[in-house]
Amino acid sequence: MIERFDAIVVGAGPAGNAATYTLAKSGLHVLQIERGETAGAKNVQGAILYADALERLIPEFRDEAPLERHIIEQRMWVMDDESYIGTHFRSDEFNKPPHNRYTIIRAKFDKWFSKKVREAGALVINETTVTELLRDDRGKVIGVRTDRAGGDLHADVVILADGVNSTLARKAGFRPEIEPKHVALAVKEIHFMPRDTIESRFNIHKGEGVVIEMLGKITQGMMGTGFLYTNGDSVSIGIGCMLSDLMAQKTTPYELLERMKAHPSIRPLIQGGEMKEYAAHLIPEGGYHAIPQVFGDGWLIAGDSGMFVNAVHREGSNLAMTTGRIAAETVAELFKAGQPMTAANLAEYRRRLDDSFVMKDLMKYKDLPDIFHANKQFLTTYPELLNRSAYTMLRVDGVDKLSKEREIFADFRDKRSLFGLLGDAFKLWRAFR
Amino acid sequence: MHSVVCIKQVPDSAQIRVHPVTNTIMRQGVPAIVNPYDLFALEEALRLRDQLGGRVTVISMGPTQAEVALRKALSLGADDAILVTDKAFAGADTLATSYALAAAIRQIGKELPVDLVFTGKQTIDGDTAQVGPGIARRMGLQLLTYVSRIVEVAPERREIVVERRAEGGVQVLQTRLPCLITMLEDSNRMRFGSLPDALRAARQEVRHWDKTAAGIEDVTKIGLKGSPTIVSKVFTPSPRAEKAEMIAIEDGSPADLAAALLGRIAARFPGVEKELAQRA
Repeated sequence: MIERFDAIVVGAGPAGNAATYTLAKSGLHVLQIERGETAGAKNVQGAILYADALERLIPEFRDEAPLERHIIEQRMWVMDDESYIGTHFRSDEFNKPPHNRYTIIRAKFDKWFSKKVREAGALVINETTVTELLRDDRGKVIGVRTDRAGGDLHADVVILADGVNSTLARKAGFRPEIEPKHVALAVKEIHFMPRDTIESRFNIHKGEGVVIEMLGKITQGMMGTGFLYTNGDSVSIGIGCMLSDLMAQKTTPYELLERMKAHPSIRPLIQGGEMKEYAAHLIPEGGYHAIPQVFGDGWLIAGDSGMFVNAVHREGSNLAMTTGRIAAETVAELFKAGQPMTAANLAEYRRRLDDSFVMKDLMKYKDLPDIFHANKQFLTTYPELLNRSAYTMLRVDGVDKLSKEREIFADFRDKRSLFGLLGDAFKLWRAFR
Repeated sequence: MHSVVCIKQVPDSAQIRVHPVTNTIMRQGVPAIVNPYDLFALEEALRLRDQLGGRVTVISMGPTQAEVALRKALSLGADDAILVTDKAFAGADTLATSYALAAAIRQIGKELPVDLVFTGKQTIDGDTAQVGPGIARRMGLQLLTYVSRIVEVAPERREIVVERRAEGGVQVLQTRLPCLITMLEDSNRMRFGSLPDALRAARQEVRHWDKTAAGIEDVTKIGLKGSPTIVSKVFTPSPRAEKAEMIAIEDGSPADLAAALLGRIAARFPGVEKELAQRA
């Protein structure tokens, strides 16, 4: 006798947890299956939590969830080899509750999120891998097969939230093999140090946090970014580049991270810390064009599995939670209306995504990955030029300022030509418009 | 057959470190696991149940977080799980722990008579191997320690035959039921629980017993009060300073490298060459 559920959710990351939580809260009989030993065992993130997506699920999360620091300052650094030029934005507005962004340690956070899912009434099993989707003779997904003995289960609908690699979606033919140019490989380390050290080093008070996003020469011309986030008593530092670029340059991410940590502007920030954690993960950064079909007869895809990541704004987990929630809301409403889980009915999920910030944002930057790919100067030449200009202008050496301006302009013209400069400006405008 | 398996949730000792200044164990952030030796005990109990019928009850004493360990045991196939948990048990040494567990197992026996009590050889955090024998002594059970194999259980004759690891060989021991067995590592291979077991583990209630429910009669024998053990000093042994020997060889083929290595070993340990020749 094969057990039957209203819905099965595969995966216990932000998308899977959001979906399972929403379904359980709607009163559906839902099972969540996770392959890791605990929920979150396989999850890696920077990690920034954007409050909005979680607040829509669990309004009281701030009182319960393990949060590290709320962000009051965002720095954006354009890196040359020995310098950076950048912007800092800090505002006391960010200190007024409710806070908008937090740093989190995912291992702790995911444990809490999973507890909420179980409290909502969902059944959660770990250490169980879904090996394939069960389908009827018309191709409709009717359940899952797991790697455990007696491992078949039936459900009206299966939500795939099984992460960037989604072997399940690939095996079922819902999604092609992920392409190296659509995925970034990121590594990070967590360095522990006393709270006081962090607070004095970053000029912050208790509970306040700083985010530094970096681009430029640290990725050696490859498309990617680096980051440094302050946690309670640790600092997360990491870097990621498109897999295709890493392959072409025959570079490994940990080499990049080692170089980044040795950068004269970064080294003092992590000095004296004790590295306790090292993690690596793939991030689907293909953008709008890489998004596969996300619904069908008896199935939906949410989160990284559906390539829902906004690489430009470093947003992923909030898109995961949002797509997971919207998928679950679609399913719950169909259940309530007594409608079957057909592709035609589940298409509502995609319509709602299109109406949400998820698709609107991804649509806005749809051409950006290709433009940056084809124009390495944005990540090498310009950071160099900008840093050199700043150095030239700020060095007091008896040369008059007009001559300095001419020197800087000549530098830009030599490197990119007038035509090139105009072209680059146009490309940037097109990428970000 | 009704077996009771005692398990303990322990910090994963592979990931534990000692604080350089205070010499105390740093437990923060170290994942909790089921004591690995206990899993051999659980698997052996499950095999007996599958073979002879009956039930397997797992029991653990510890804080409420230890429920995770019991749930894991359920997902591996155990039928019932009881967590003996009470603030009064805090700070227990092996004497107080075995007193409390013996009382709780007696309570379990009132629901269904217990034929076998299993424990692991020892825990990986305390390494004392005292709690199993302590329970056996208090309950008047036959005690079989370091068991590597259960040869035969004859429920109708109330008899059991086991193999026990002893210095220089294996003892084959026969005794009567009920008895307590402490299971040796590598005595079996832990199963991967079935899907119905995984679902049942997620649904089933783990019973929590406080000191009253566990049938504790003398509260001076539990927790810190019942623990005469005093830890007088904790220290980290200094690592042995044995340097690897580097063998210099230039541009050798793998065969040259191997020959040079064997030559060095033979020079350093004169008997080795002869012994290898004899064995070959």
